[in-house]
Amino acid sequence: MRVSIKVNGVAHERDVEPRTLLVYFLREHCGLTGTHVGCDTSSCGCCVVVLDGDTAVKSCTMFAAQADGREVSTVEGLAQGGALHPLQQAFWDNHGLQCGFCTPGMLMTSYALLKHKPNPSETEVREELAGNLCRCTGYNNIVKAVRQAAETLQAAPVQK
Amino acid sequence: MSIEATPKGSMGVAMKRKEDPRFLQGKGNYVDDLSFPGMLHMAIVRSPYPHAEIVNIDGSAALKVPGVKAVITGKDLEAAGLGWLPTFHGYDKQMVLAIGKVLFQYQEVAAVFAESRAAAADGAEAVEVEYKPLPVVADPFVAKQDEVLLRPDREAKTNHIYHWEVGDKDKTAQALGAAEKVIKQRIWFPRCHPAPLEPCGCVAQFDTMGRLTFHVTSQAPHVYRTAITIVTGIPEDKIRVISPDIGGGFGNKVPVYPGYVCAIVGALKLGRPVKWIESRTENLTSTGFARDYHMDVEIGARADGTVTALRVSTTADHGAFDAAADPTKYPAGMFGVVTGSYTFPVAHAEVDAYFTNKAPGGIAYRCSFRVTEASYAIERGMDILADELGMDPVELRRKNFVRKDQFPYASALGFTYDSGDYHRTLDVALEKIGYQALLKQQAEKRAKGELMGIGFSTFTEVVGAGPSKHFDILGIKMFDSAEIRIHPTGSGIVRAGTKSQGQGHETTWAQIVAEELGLDPQNIMVEEGDTDTAPYGLGTYASRSTPVAGAAIAMAARRIRERARKIAAHLMEVGEGDVEWKDYKFQVKGVPAKSVTMKEVAFAAYTNPGQNEPGLEATQYYDPPNMTFPHGAYVAVVDVDRETGEVKVRRFLAVDDCGTVINPLIVEGQIHGGLTEGFAIAFMQEIQYDKDGNNLNTNFTDYLVPTSLESPKWETANTVTPSPHHPIGAKGVGESPNVGSPAAFVNAVIDALSPFGVRHIDMPITRDKVWRAIRDSDPAKG
Amino acid sequence: MIPAAFEYIRAGSADDAFAQLQRLGADARVLAGGQSLIPAMRFRLARPAVLIDINAIKELSNIGIDNGRLTLGAVARDCAIERAPWIGERRWSLLHDASRVVADPVVRQMGTIVGSLCHNDPAGDWTTVALATRAEVVVRGKAGSRTVPIDEFLVDSFTTAVAEGEMATAVRFPVPGDRTAGSYQKVERKVGDFATAAAAVQVTLAEDGTIRDAGIALSAAGPCAVRVSEAEALLKGQKPTAEVIRGAAAAASKKSAPQADLRGSVAYKKNLAGVLVSRGLRQALARLGVQS
Repeated sequence: MRVSIKVNGVAHERDVEPRTLLVYFLREHCGLTGTHVGCDTSSCGCCVVVLDGDTAVKSCTMFAAQADGREVSTVEGLAQGGALHPLQQAFWDNHGLQCGFCTPGMLMTSYALLKHKPNPSETEVREELAGNLCRCTGYNNIVKAVRQAAETLQAAPVQK
Repeated sequence: MSIEATPKGSMGVAMKRKEDPRFLQGKGNYVDDLSFPGMLHMAIVRSPYPHAEIVNIDGSAALKVPGVKAVITGKDLEAAGLGWLPTFHGYDKQMVLAIGKVLFQYQEVAAVFAESRAAAADGAEAVEVEYKPLPVVADPFVAKQDEVLLRPDREAKTNHIYHWEVGDKDKTAQALGAAEKVIKQRIWFPRCHPAPLEPCGCVAQFDTMGRLTFHVTSQAPHVYRTAITIVTGIPEDKIRVISPDIGGGFGNKVPVYPGYVCAIVGALKLGRPVKWIESRTENLTSTGFARDYHMDVEIGARADGTVTALRVSTTADHGAFDAAADPTKYPAGMFGVVTGSYTFPVAHAEVDAYFTNKAPGGIAYRCSFRVTEASYAIERGMDILADELGMDPVELRRKNFVRKDQFPYASALGFTYDSGDYHRTLDVALEKIGYQALLKQQAEKRAKGELMGIGFSTFTEVVGAGPSKHFDILGIKMFDSAEIRIHPTGSGIVRAGTKSQGQGHETTWAQIVAEELGLDPQNIMVEEGDTDTAPYGLGTYASRSTPVAGAAIAMAARRIRERARKIAAHLMEVGEGDVEWKDYKFQVKGVPAKSVTMKEVAFAAYTNPGQNEPGLEATQYYDPPNMTFPHGAYVAVVDVDRETGEVKVRRFLAVDDCGTVINPLIVEGQIHGGLTEGFAIAFMQEIQYDKDGNNLNTNFTDYLVPTSLESPKWETANTVTPSPHHPIGAKGVGESPNVGSPAAFVNAVIDALSPFGVRHIDMPITRDKVWRAIRDSDPAKG
Repeated sequence: MIPAAFEYIRAGSADDAFAQLQRLGADARVLAGGQSLIPAMRFRLARPAVLIDINAIKELSNIGIDNGRLTLGAVARDCAIERAPWIGERRWSLLHDASRVVADPVVRQMGTIVGSLCHNDPAGDWTTVALATRAEVVVRGKAGSRTVPIDEFLVDSFTTAVAEGEMATAVRFPVPGDRTAGSYQKVERKVGDFATAAAAVQVTLAEDGTIRDAGIALSAAGPCAVRVSEAEALLKGQKPTAEVIRGAAAAASKKSAPQADLRGSVAYKKNLAGVLVSRGLRQALARLGVQS
């Protein structure tokens, strides 16, 4: 079937089997390999992308067909005009990543989180990130990074 | 040209990681990101039975599935001389695809190659396999009885794989017999799994000249290259192994897995690139597990708490093949470090390993080669001893610590500990955690029936494999290597034989070079993982990279400095002997105003070297003289809800001593990550097999990885006791948190439950176990 | 893990979806949130020949309070409850608590309450909440739409009153009275897990401070979530004392008939049933300003 999805503002139209998961559509058909597959039970969140601007979804638990006609934002679309998004900068500043595999999912969940809760407490950040697993960092620095980004965005909102 | 910055040091600088920008933008280069024209996908057919004869495999239906190109079985591989794979340990081999029978649930039985991932999955489903179930052995103590022989392929007709021992058996027995106090406890470190978020995978492709390029999630690319040569017969110069970015290793990506061999065979046979990426379920059920040591621990002591003897007797469950990736001479790894931080005058340790119908493995999950098991055993044992003697566990430890002046310390089990200051590290921990105040609070809470526990772990571990005298893998000595080249404009490149999977080598290796040469670490590029360009190394695992490759890098940089000194002398028109390296510059002795920077020398190396050899590069292969012995003092403070059995970790403090710290930010990150793994192991992780050999924890719904909400907020600190034999005084550290923390958590829980007289609870300490321990306890003590 | 192949139909309206279901029968499955269905399909445990995607049907995503009823359409998301403007009101505290512990925060962006009810996992959250609040499910069948009380809707593990060719279109919760508060107490091994045990409690007080009505239900206590009517009866008309709470908790523990599994033993789960009902009651009462 024909599926057309706007990814990071660019239209991608492909013929795919209905069973094509959104994560594989992005990775294999759009060539955007930043979104990762880490498990088979929707537990790890490595595959999180943002749907229609503000809804974090696990793209391994969604068919590309469901996103037909809609907008998907992936980690590749976060940086604008060569400048890192405050979330990306904050993860870098705070050593919020090691192997990098969970990072795109963490960034996209955080991105959606800050849209709904621009000033989350530490506990709220930990609650909201609980759908994203990390084996390397132990989460301390990720939480710090999200809080730093929240502060930065409140002071100077990014146009997106 | 920008203004010349004054050269300064890079050691101990918490600089941001250089590799981060690509990961932050989703531009990491992991193996599943690779795609080549004509690439096929591979899927593996796996056994639902833990032990069964293979009656027949019929791939004909699979071959009819649109897109499927080929199906191979163990028989096909055997015909090509590729049926079996030597395990890294060298004393066993394992089937690539099952031959004759299957030995564990989810074992590889056939491989299907197809045009797409989906077609390969459809094809795998269509392969028909007929099995005849055989009796299952899911318990090493049952395997020991040898009633069902699991490995008729082996010469010795027994399930007993090996017996290993170290220490003085008779003296230890005597000392235990004479001791005023002896404690004995069966302590099991259950089976768990490292589960990095990126599963294992590879892409194999042969070019028109018959050269294999093998992209693979490997923590040891050079060892893989040599192993592939050994297994396939393809000459080593015709193999290029590339480990790209790796999404976590933790020992999971050290063994060579059957899927890798199948992918190479498929690529060769079909003349097209083959990609194989395993699923999470495959990762958890068939790749290298960790631990599964049943340890009988006995400690003998005087009434005043001075320890006099240690005896540990272990039954090891290795699964269906002995694929524990230990150095050849160490079938039980570094288990001999079980005397820990204490001055045991005599000790004896032995391990007997058995086959069972479970997945193979044993060395993984930040274990430092069985140090996790050893450390857990001794730190739990010391707490049990303290309890029986009525002594504060801190005082018992302190009393028996190796003293600073005793280093280098020769342990009763043959290790020479390089350096340490256990008393100081413990004091720092006690002060930061506020031990006395906590004890007071605990007393107050106990009076009210509230359960609060304080648990310690003062571990010493051993990393940095290792000296060629003792260590080899497949016969290759465990040195490591570095090759550094400085460019005309003062930038450079360093290539090493290690392979980071998140440990930050692109930053820390640059920092070492920058420190030694007074250059900017931002302009030292680091490359690892491509066997065509990197010098031969044994890879990154067991916290060996900084101890071994880090040393090689420092030594190579010093060789460069020596060359550079000659050029500096030429530039400053003085004799070589008049030039010294000071304040990150070459200075004329006694005339500080007369100096040149390394940057200037680098330029001269290419434009004006004088009589010296042009260029500026050096290589070093480093054979470490000894292992390194990082240590730590960890404290866990827990509160237990007696009605639900929930354990809340209120605080956890880790004070580590890994000698010289290259980058404090990176070290702290390693500690946070390792503590989270230790926490998971202590409270929620286990790979369980039921008595029929069914794997019960096959995916993330039942193999539990803690989230940001369960994970405690880690507190860290450090002391610095440099390694005297390491060029920059550094020790390894990545595994210390996983080595040291499980005992701290368990000790804290047992401490919390001491009003109930609970002596031991096996990990994972689930709510149910806590609740039942309280319920079943001696009511007189409640 | 790749699902088996299937055909995909995006339904444009509830009528359209229903017509397709009637036509295809057992060959088709409805796709709403997909957070239970898609993982089952990836393991090939579910292999529908046709998926009918109802996510685009606007009328099915409605959330509205009308006529003493809170109605959630089949596509109303877990997160929409979490963020509803009225969710902070005391009367909705049971729903509020539950909405924050279902699955994980990202899964909740897609997961639906009705989907959860139709899935009917014995350790699910929404089924338990629905029992305690006396909810009803609207099921559309050949003879038109009917309202099924939740007690009848939940038939057995993973089995509901929705027959082949039928479709659940909404769930309706009675709007609780002013002097009502609830509590959802869930013990889970980690975020994202099903309940090891959970208790849904909702209490309404009369003017004189006695308990006018109580809803008590347990998760992971049998083949389906279980209403502890015995506890409800014990509480009704009583002053909320510690003794009364103890009695209700004991009744819950007795009623609980869990399976032993990796989450816990039978004895442990039964113990939890009592502990969580007790804690749930005390928290609901505290929310009503009553110390017990």
